[in-house]
Parts: sequence; C-alpha cells; structure tokens
Amino acid sequence: MIPNLTTTTTPRAYNGHTSIYLPTIATIEDVHDETALEKIYTIRLPGGQNLGHTPGQFVMVSIPGVGEAPISVMSSPSRTGQTFKLCIRNAGDLTGIIHKLKPGDKVGIRGPFGRGFPVDHYRGRDVLIAAGGLGLAPARSLIDEILDNRANFGRLIILYGARSPAEILFRDALAEWAEREDVESLITVDRPDEAWLGHVGVITRLFEHIQVNPYHTVAVTVGPPVMYRFVVMELLGKGLTPEQIWMSFERRMKCGVGKCGHCQVNHRYSCQDGPAWTYAEALAFEEAL
Amino acid sequence: MSLYILSKEKLPAFVQALQAGFRVVGPVRTPTGFAFEDITQADQLQLDYNTTILPPKKYFLPQRETLFKFHTENGSDNPRTVDVEPVFQDVQPTVIFGVHTCDMNGIMLYDKVFSEGFRDEHYMLRREKMYIVGIECLHPCDEASFCKDMGTLTAPPIYDLHMTEVDDDYLIDTGSEKGERLLLNYSEAKMATTDHMQRLGRVLSAKWPRFRMRLKMSKDQTPSLLTLGYGAHIWEELGERCLACGSCTNVCPTCFCFDVQDELEITMQDGQRVRVWDSCQLHEFALVAGGHNFRASKASRVRHRLMRKGKYIKQVHGLTGCTGCGRCERACLVDITIPGTLNALHDEMKVESGV
Repeated sequence: MIPNLTTTTTPRAYNGHTSIYLPTIATIEDVHDETALEKIYTIRLPGGQNLGHTPGQFVMVSIPGVGEAPISVMSSPSRTGQTFKLCIRNAGDLTGIIHKLKPGDKVGIRGPFGRGFPVDHYRGRDVLIAAGGLGLAPARSLIDEILDNRANFGRLIILYGARSPAEILFRDALAEWAEREDVESLITVDRPDEAWLGHVGVITRLFEHIQVNPYHTVAVTVGPPVMYRFVVMELLGKGLTPEQIWMSFERRMKCGVGKCGHCQVNHRYSCQDGPAWTYAEALAFEEAL
Repeated sequence: MSLYILSKEKLPAFVQALQAGFRVVGPVRTPTGFAFEDITQADQLQLDYNTTILPPKKYFLPQRETLFKFHTENGSDNPRTVDVEPVFQDVQPTVIFGVHTCDMNGIMLYDKVFSEGFRDEHYMLRREKMYIVGIECLHPCDEASFCKDMGTLTAPPIYDLHMTEVDDDYLIDTGSEKGERLLLNYSEAKMATTDHMQRLGRVLSAKWPRFRMRLKMSKDQTPSLLTLGYGAHIWEELGERCLACGSCTNVCPTCFCFDVQDELEITMQDGQRVRVWDSCQLHEFALVAGGHNFRASKASRVRHRLMRKGKYIKQVHGLTGCTGCGRCERACLVDITIPGTLNALHDEMKVESGV
C-alpha cells in the first residue's frame, strides 16, 4: 500500500474535487539571460507561497496550449522565500516558447515532486559535487543550501564540466566559489577557445586534482546520462562506496505523480522514488544508465 | 453478503428495468467479435461470450480524457492571463454486465494505481459510478487464455454482483451493499436455498478441470525467472519479430500508461489538456530531452513489457501485472505471446544453469 500524497501546488477543490494534473498558475517575476541557450526564471506562486522543496526535486512547468515538462529547481530551500528559480535550456517546443516569455507572463507549476538529495544525511560530511552541463542547475540548489548552512558540513568540493567556455553557467557564482576559502571548485571545458586558460577535457580529468577522505565524503553527481558511468568509476577509485554516491535520474516525466509510466526505471518511478538515487540503489536497476 | 437466485428468463426484465436509472453496458456481438457496448435492448447482452477485443478498462480509463480546460487571453505564446479549470467527466451511473474474472483483476489493479500515492480523482469519481456485475467463466475463452496460470480464474472481491449460470438460473453473489440494492430494487431475485448452493458448488468444481495450464512455472516464480533472464537471448529474437505497433498494450486490461497532450482551439485562446493511452512499445516512450532514449531497441521494449507484466507491477502494487486474458496474444500480428515468452525464457535459463 502506497500512502496518500499531496504537494505544495495541490490545487483548490472544484465542487469538492481536486485534480493532481491541474497546474497552479504562477507569475514570472524576472527573466535573466544566462547563456545563449539557458535563461534563469524567477517564479512566484500565488500569494508568494513557498515552494517547500528539497534540493534535487523538480517541478512540472507548463504553458497551456503547448505542453508540460519536468524542470529541476535551481534555487536552494535556503534562498527560496516567496519566489524560486529555474534554469531552463531552450531544447524543444515548450522550452522554446518559455524562452520568449517576459516578466509578468504566466506559467503553470505543479510540484515539487520526487525525492531529492538527503541533505540532513550529508551533515557533518565532506560533500563532493560533480556536475556536467545543465546538471549544475539542480546541483546549485544543493550547493547554495550547503553554503547557507556552511558550518554544518565539512569540505565542499565542486567539479564542473561544460562543453565550451560560452556554455558555462552561473559565472558569478563560480567566481564567488573560487574566491571562498571554504569551497574547492574546479572547472573544465571540452572545447576551449583561445582565451581559455583553465582545465581542458571531460569532467573526469578533474579528479586527479583532488584528494578526499573516503570515510568522510559523500558524492553527488548530476549531468547527462553518459557522464555517470565515468564519474562513478572515478569516485569508486577514490575509495567511496556505492552507498556514498548519489545521482539524479532525469526521465521524461509526463505526469509527475507516478501514474503515466514514462519515467519508469525498472520497477521504480523516477518521479516518485527518484530522481535522486544512490549508486547502490541504481546498481539494482538494469536499465538505469 | 448473500447469495441470490434469478431465473434466466427473468434476466431481460432486470436489464430492462435498469435502463430507467442507469447506463447499461455489456458484451455484444459485433462483426469483428464480441465487444463491450451499450445495452439498450436486453437481448443484445451476450453473457456466454468468449472474450472481447478491448477489456472494460475503456469505461474506467477512457482512451482519451480531458483533464482540464484553459483560457489564455492573448494566446499561448503571450500568456499574460491564464485560467485553468479541471474537468471531471460527468458519467451516468453505469452497470457493467458480464465482466470476466480476469478483467475484474485488471480493474482491481487500476483501483490501486489510481487511488494510492497521488489520488487521481478523475479516475476515482468515475469509478464510484460503476457497478461491476461479473459472470463466472465456466469454459476457457479460447486457446490464448491462461487465466488459471495467473490465478485470475477466481473472482476478486471487487464486484458488486457476480453471476454464475446454474442450469436455468443465475446464482448471484452480492459483493457490496450497492450491488445488493441494485439486485433487490430492479430484479425478482430471491434468496438462494441450500439446494441452490449445492448446485453452485457442483458447477464450480466441474469447471476447474476444463481450464488448462500453459506456463512451465508458477506465477510466483515469474519475477525471479525474469530477474535471472534479464540478459537472455530471447529478447533479441523477440525484438527482431516485434513490429512495435502497440496493439498488445492497447488491448491489455492492466496497461494504464498514458501520454499528456495539449489541444488548442483555432482561436489560439482556449483549449484543453488531455491524456490518451500510450504504449511503452512505441519508440518515443522513454525518449528524454537531449535525445537520449532509454529503451531505443525493440528488444528492450518487449522486455520492458514482459518485466512489467511478470515482475514490476507486482513489486510496486502487490498485484499480478498480467491477468492471463490472452488479448495481447490474439492481437499480436507476429505471434509474440506471454506464455510462449516465459516458457522459452524458462528453457533458456534451465539450459544455462545446467539444471
């Protein structure tokens, strides 16, 4: 028996009935061009209601008439008051339309959904975050949560791989992390331009530059599916066990509420039991990676 | 609940009387086979049917259903104001006659899927309006059925009424108070006597040997067989044969996966979000943003369907994911069958393990 569930946007009742598929109409307060491909949206639920999410959870974003898609929440709970942030890549019909939206425009929001990263479990430990590409957006939620409660955690190591310098996200934040003495951050790009002076190559190249105490470290990796296999090899090589490695399994959720079947990974639904799983859990899935 | 008796000749009057307050549906004969359709004349009802093309799932989860309507003042690409309002399909109280025990098991699974976790009131509101009148299966539908293997040859406790043909009568068990009220208010059914119960017992015990078993293993062994056989050769063979047409999932009483689509009126201001049946056998089903497809090969999709039927659904919901109704086997153009697949897997694993 699966217990009954609700979420922040579970909407008001119509004639005594609620629909789990009905989005709450939220307002875009701000749009910020991040790269040529990504924009950051600041979104306000009606009445400034707090989203109430955990890092790693996602919301279903919709434009009625176009469609709906899962988007990871970028802002940390610590920086989510009456608004929250989403970093959205222009990658299809829906996100193409979203990229045309301006402050004051409306989007449908449902959620938050899924199981995020267990921040409480990470308390007192060193946290290594390996993010690839747009994976830095969900990772950002966790990073800011740790930074805002810095004393509760040990080392914070951030490894970030982007395809090219032009595709690097959150430059301001990366600069801040580079300045801070309590953050160790390394960036690499696959395809450098002439001005690039930093690391070159895939994200796994960064691991040779860091040493971790495997007894004290948890690792979180978020990125494209192809990245996980290689990042996990590196982490295991550092002496971490599968139970110490978390990863996010993005699937094409159509409902977000464990009904439609699209995000199924073996017998689990990514929108319910995921998207954050430990590598130990993922090892039991045959088709996870 | 109690056991009643209604003579066969009184059934048409029962069906006719229900017309006053209910939509009545049941198996009828069509040029392409039996199908669940509306019954307006009692003689349309064919309770001695073998199987229907689609299970009665279409009344519980329509092939296409509106979830909500929306209105955007300036069109979808300039959404300054957006209004949304959910749509709960307004169904008449419906009596579904002639539901076989396999299909009752399918409905029982749906009830769990849509009531547990996030409660789907689109489903639940419709479900509350349904009266399930089962019919005891006294003969196998045809060669394709394997309900006895799957343990679905017994009526699960979800029916409102359940009828068994006993000579010139129907013995009717009441599974719910609303079912009993239906029977007492609209028919001339009477309490069954001890003699009727004895006759019922004889009919039920005589039916059991008529059904054959098709699986080489018990249904409780299918999850472990599928776990062991995840990397078996048979999936590649089946993948080469499969046409990826989705017929098997369309006709399946336990398939509930759906796609969600937006439909826009020509004004570009009004529209609706709908859900439509979808199939994990189609190429796009597990495609994600960025173009990665987690089940790009037909072999992986055929395997996923079998895994769901024989293992995953049981793991998640605790109920069988296959009712043994045989519909996918009848619908498949290239003769992919669940018993054939499980048996071949069983043989392959046996050779591999040297047992």
